[in-house]
Amino acid sequence: MTELLGIPPEVLFGQLLLGLINGAFYAMLSLGLAVIFGMLNVINFAHGAQYMLGAFVAWMLLQFAGIGYWWALILAPIAVGAFGIVIEKTMLSRLYRLDHLYGLLLTFGIALVIEGMFRHWYGVSGQPYATPALLTGGTNLGFMFLPTYRAWVVAVSLAVCLATWFAIERTRLGSYLRAATENPTLVQAFGINVPRMMTLTYGFGVGLAGLAGVLAAPIYQVNPLMGSHLIIVVFAVVVIGGMGSILGAVVTGFGLGVLEGFTKVFYPEASNIVIFVVMAIVLLLRPAGLFGRER
Amino acid sequence: MTAHMPHAGRIGGRAGLSPLAWAVAAAALALAIAAPFLLYPVFLMKFLCFALFASAFNLLIGYAGLLSFGHAAFFGGAAYVTAHAVKVWGVTPEIGILLGTAAAGVLGLAIGFLAIRRHGIYFAMITLALSQMVYFVALQAPFTGGEDGIQAVPRGSLFGLIDLSRPLAMYFFVLAVTVGGFLLIRRIIHSPFGQVLKAIRENEPRAVSLGYRVERYKLAAFVMSAALSGLAGGTKALVFQLASLTDIQWQMSGEVVLMTLLGGMGTILGPAAGAFVVVSLQNFLAASAFPVTVLTGGIFILCVLLFRRGIVGEIAWRLGSRRARADARRTRMKR
Repeated sequence: MTELLGIPPEVLFGQLLLGLINGAFYAMLSLGLAVIFGMLNVINFAHGAQYMLGAFVAWMLLQFAGIGYWWALILAPIAVGAFGIVIEKTMLSRLYRLDHLYGLLLTFGIALVIEGMFRHWYGVSGQPYATPALLTGGTNLGFMFLPTYRAWVVAVSLAVCLATWFAIERTRLGSYLRAATENPTLVQAFGINVPRMMTLTYGFGVGLAGLAGVLAAPIYQVNPLMGSHLIIVVFAVVVIGGMGSILGAVVTGFGLGVLEGFTKVFYPEASNIVIFVVMAIVLLLRPAGLFGRER
Repeated sequence: MTAHMPHAGRIGGRAGLSPLAWAVAAAALALAIAAPFLLYPVFLMKFLCFALFASAFNLLIGYAGLLSFGHAAFFGGAAYVTAHAVKVWGVTPEIGILLGTAAAGVLGLAIGFLAIRRHGIYFAMITLALSQMVYFVALQAPFTGGEDGIQAVPRGSLFGLIDLSRPLAMYFFVLAVTVGGFLLIRRIIHSPFGQVLKAIRENEPRAVSLGYRVERYKLAAFVMSAALSGLAGGTKALVFQLASLTDIQWQMSGEVVLMTLLGGMGTILGPAAGAFVVVSLQNFLAASAFPVTVLTGGIFILCVLLFRRGIVGEIAWRLGSRRARADARRTRMKR
């Protein structure tokens, strides 16, 4: 097959696929951050640690209970989400009246504790997690080889993002949520239990991070530090996209993942920083973010 | 000290020191001179560097109300520049530190210019992301030595006269740098400029309506804080004769937030107290198997939930003068 811009197409499309995978994780994590921020006005610094926790719960289920990938896909997000609910009930809910920065500092401390403990127990080397038998192998598309599991991750991520969008924009519960984001006092006056909604929203956002962790386990190794770099990139994604719109978060996540993939092909040295550079440019030209409004 | 501009009004800072404060300052100075004969000098110098770093950080969070999560970029960036200048270019230590400080100031100008375009948590996220970019540059740039860092940095002789390889000479040099930086920060806080910063922290729209160009004040505070963090970082590179990725990682940004929070945001002595506790704990735990980050995170959680005034803020509040109460109230970062 002919070369594109001097790059063999296998390399180009391979990196694009990797970019798309990364983008899937950026999208899911920034979506969770945006949902939590919209309702609680808290930036959840522990999001990366909770993503790592999802991967570790899946690994532990397999290791200690012999429970495989498919059940882990359901159980791990529930476990991580429940853990999030405990955090919200015992700690986060005490801070809503204070400056938003305290929520950031608290969740930062939580992230340090979680990551520190797992690092203490499991070291910095990763634990392998096998791809489920049903999703091994791949398809030859003619111009590239598509591993089934990677296609699965992109598909699941898209489905989850769309389902979240639908639930928030098109259902009755979602309309309560949007109303409570705009004016919690008024919604409470209509007899809706806003504190419980906040708890559940945090649990849901955290569960989303846990689900992303399970999806990531077979691709990246299950590593105590897998979330701590990712969360910083996701912050940049959130700054670029703005947290005003759900579809915005999804589009930005996938778009930046693909852009990162492209950079790996054409100028690999810059692939680590390209998202931060984009963030700087967006801040110069459109300070509120691509889809955002300043709050 | 100079007279305050009229608009500084009632919230004007203390112009002079009370007799009690003079006594405390004299006791602290005597303690600082006696300390290297009682305690391990490297520990003391580490404490001094971090006390200066945390005080510089406090200038931003405590007085301008801006939470930067990227101060490691200035601390570590300056450490690299100082180490490189001293080791490769062979400049004297004071020039090396000044170069590091200047580099941190320039970096602060660039990062601050971008970050002040957003408020609150976005500001924190932007500074964190940009400092991570600086980290990757440090990881890949040829002169930083990658994972190894710049090792065996010579301390050289101060002004070409005083040999700093002797621990005592180095200690008093670091003490002088820290005290100088600290007095400068104190001066900035009590200047009319510092009063405007407090006004912005308390009520930004009102400061705008009074005709202050808020962005310029914020950017100036950011650059000052960055440069002073650089002063601490450059000095630290000479103390440990090492500049490494540890200095520039995001964990370092978290550490300085912790020191300031624990000591008391918006108090003059708080950051130094917080630095002392954190550096002592690290020293104490270095030999044990207990993971430091778990403890650090735990202190973070406790401080945020139960101890938001911090050590010095709490003491001041308990001493109970009306002034201290007002100070402590302002520490709570209301917006």
